[in-house]
Amino acid sequence: MSSNKFISIEGIAKRYPQPSGGTTTTFEDLWLSMPSGEFGCIIGHSGCGKTTVLNILAGLDEPSDGTVIVDGQAISGTSLDRAVIFQSHALLPWMTVMGNIAYAVSSKWRKWDNAKVRAHAQIYIDKVGLTGSEHKRPSELSGGMKQRVGIARALSITPKIMLMDEPFSALDALTRGTLQDEVRRVTLETGQTTFMITHDVDEAMYLADKIFLMTNGPGAVLAEIVENPLPKDRSRIDLHKHPQYYALRNHIIDFLVTRSKTFTSITPNHDPRNVPVVRPAFTEAVVTGASVMPSLASATR
Amino acid sequence: MITSLRVRAAVVSIAIFLAFIGVWHLATRSTGTAATMSPEYAKLMGLTANTGKSAMPGPLDVGAKLWEHLKQPFYDNGPNDKGLGIQLGYSVGRVGLGYLIAVIVAIPLGFLIGMSPLMNKALDPFIQVLKPISPLAWMPLALYTIKDSSLSAIFVIFICSVWPMLLNTAFGVAAVRKEWINVARTLEVGTFRRAFTVILPAAAPTILTGMRISIGIAWLVIVAAEMLVGGTGIGYFVWNEWNNLSITNVIIAILMIGLVGMLLDQILARFTRMVTFPE
Ligand SMILES: Nc1ncnc2c1ncn2[C@@H]1O[C@H](COP(=O)(O)OP(=O)(O)O)[C@@H](O)[C@H]1O
Ligand SMILES: [Mg+2]
Repeated sequence: MSSNKFISIEGIAKRYPQPSGGTTTTFEDLWLSMPSGEFGCIIGHSGCGKTTVLNILAGLDEPSDGTVIVDGQAISGTSLDRAVIFQSHALLPWMTVMGNIAYAVSSKWRKWDNAKVRAHAQIYIDKVGLTGSEHKRPSELSGGMKQRVGIARALSITPKIMLMDEPFSALDALTRGTLQDEVRRVTLETGQTTFMITHDVDEAMYLADKIFLMTNGPGAVLAEIVENPLPKDRSRIDLHKHPQYYALRNHIIDFLVTRSKTFTSITPNHDPRNVPVVRPAFTEAVVTGASVMPSLASATR
Repeated sequence: MITSLRVRAAVVSIAIFLAFIGVWHLATRSTGTAATMSPEYAKLMGLTANTGKSAMPGPLDVGAKLWEHLKQPFYDNGPNDKGLGIQLGYSVGRVGLGYLIAVIVAIPLGFLIGMSPLMNKALDPFIQVLKPISPLAWMPLALYTIKDSSLSAIFVIFICSVWPMLLNTAFGVAAVRKEWINVARTLEVGTFRRAFTVILPAAAPTILTGMRISIGIAWLVIVAAEMLVGGTGIGYFVWNEWNNLSITNVIIAILMIGLVGMLLDQILARFTRMVTFPE
């Protein structure tokens, strides 16, 4: 699909009834779209509703309002087209590595015989570097290896979209780095459309083409879409050597530290259907929505 | 000091056992003629009373009798004189049958209750009322409706072993980790396949724990049930030997009940280990 709106979240809201009566609104009238083959990251503070957005996209949760359109069709419920990589990896502990991936493969291609399922699963086990661990159980694997299985399981069903909810937050820095490389390599190789939640600014800068900044909840809004100015062939090690690195990083950190709290009050006429797109550089350049987007310098005061 | 805990525990176990046998032997050995006993009373007290020997058999009597039983566990000399093996066989058979029916009923019903909050709420009052009823309280009703003592005993076993399995299955199914269910959902796994490939293996350790509790209760209840309905079985054997005033046989039966109960428990424990997965 060449459409600019391969994924289109259209005015979704999530409200929960309060025990005392009334409702809490996690977010309201949220619009977000992404073209095919892109890597999008949501960043925002805990509790702002990132997981909720991702679960709605996955079909695991339902919005109180609005719809999600994927590849021209409104989604209803879960689908093999949208694979989820869970934060807690969610491997089935009574199955081996091969068993876990084969379970996904045989769920997608129900008519395949056992040999074909295993051969297909093996490709993805090899792809994430787990060759030789096929017959281990999840309890015998390290955290990083478990998450590799999770990634292989998601990739093995060749989904249209891969959804990841803080997939590496439970891992140590070294393992996280290798897995980020792995994910970057695989997604570039396959042109996989990917949507990820993270807390880690560097992770977002390395992996994402677009970074979606969410303000604090309740009543969170998508404040800004940051286009990643770093070159497509960036590597994790030299990320900080790019001239735009600090401009981008400071912009995001500044948002998380100050603007995520104050955004709603300073920007009363924020249009959720027309979220400003920003491409941080040495001089803060606003690509669209210039009228609602104050410059970085004034926002930090 | 270096000997393992296991070996030391075994030594203590053997010492306790020998001490018990020793005390038992001393407490029950002959004390000469019991002069003060009137002949009528002695008669009432059984054959051994006026020989001065305690009516309570000693460990040697029990050992000798046990050896006799073990040499010939399956003899059958009519309704009131059958080998211990045959009697235990009847009991194990009844427990097995009642228990099997309970498994067939409890596990699917437990799945239904665990998966459906509606059924959980709807069936809860019935379970709450039925569960605390002593299984033996059902016996007259069973005898009246079924009109067969052996089938009634099986029914009683069914009713006592159904509850722990039902509740554990329902609990295990309801407590399956949401993320595992979500994995199945994102893979578009149908309800039936999900039940067998995700919920059953995830809940199996809890279900097996319930089954283990059930087999223990069933074995407790069968002895009492057979005492009531009579005819065959280890419970009937105990009662019959009490009526024959053969305390030796009663003690042997008690020992056997314990051993078979342990064996049943160990079998279920092994199954539980087989389905338990490390996380
Ligand atoms: N079942 C629920 N009832 C009430 N509030 C909920 C429920 N589930 C989530 N929330 C609220 O929704 C908000 C968003 O949660 P979540 O999407 O998990 O946030 P994030 O992933 O950004 O940390 C949280 O503030 C949480 O309190
Ligand atoms: Mg979250």
